Amino acid sequence: MQNFFLAVGLILVTNAFICLFRAIIGPTLPDRIVAINIVGTKTLVILVLIAYIFGQHMYIDTAFVYALLNFIVTVAVARYLETGGLPSA
Amino acid sequence: MLDIFINTLVIIFACIGIFFFLVGTLGLIRLPDVYTRLHAGTKCDTLGAGSILFALAIYERFSINGLKMVVLAFLVMVASSTTGHAISRAAYKIGIMPWRKKVLDVFPEEESENVTES
Repeated sequence: MQNFFLAVGLILVTNAFICLFRAIIGPTLPDRIVAINIVGTKTLVILVLIAYIFGQHMYIDTAFVYALLNFIVTVAVARYLETGGLPSA
Repeated sequence: MLDIFINTLVIIFACIGIFFFLVGTLGLIRLPDVYTRLHAGTKCDTLGAGSILFALAIYERFSINGLKMVVLAFLVMVASSTTGHAISRAAYKIGIMPWRKKVLDVFPEEESENVTES
């Protein structure tokens, strides 16, 4: 079963590199934010898979931290785009 | 017997997750606009990550680590919808118009009367 999880992780790593292509050539800034958001979600899933490939369950808690960090980063950059600066209130 | 059944279920859910991640990546590369790319990307978040985390929760047989997976999948789903709303609202506020399908204009210089609009 560990080899299957390793294969799933490798497929997701390849997908994440393909998503970085959109983050590089994206014509506008929200395109890049969408691409980075998807790469962050894939990183989260890959971390959970690493916990089962190597048998160290500490990485699941790291995946929680990545989920919260990804959410906060995306909301902060979207808020920055909308207000054009730091929110006044 | 139970192990074979559980492993089959895990492989099926993980393959569903991989399929939705592939579809999300394809949409992110191929679609023409921010909003449509966002539509593809949130599929990738909810269904792809949700099914792979649910498969791992089944593999763990819903022990304490499996319940962590379920909580993580719920968190990813809530965060995905919220960030999708925030990004699309910000993109509309800074003036990115939604993509419209271009009508073929054979003679762009002349002012033709029978312009077909679709």
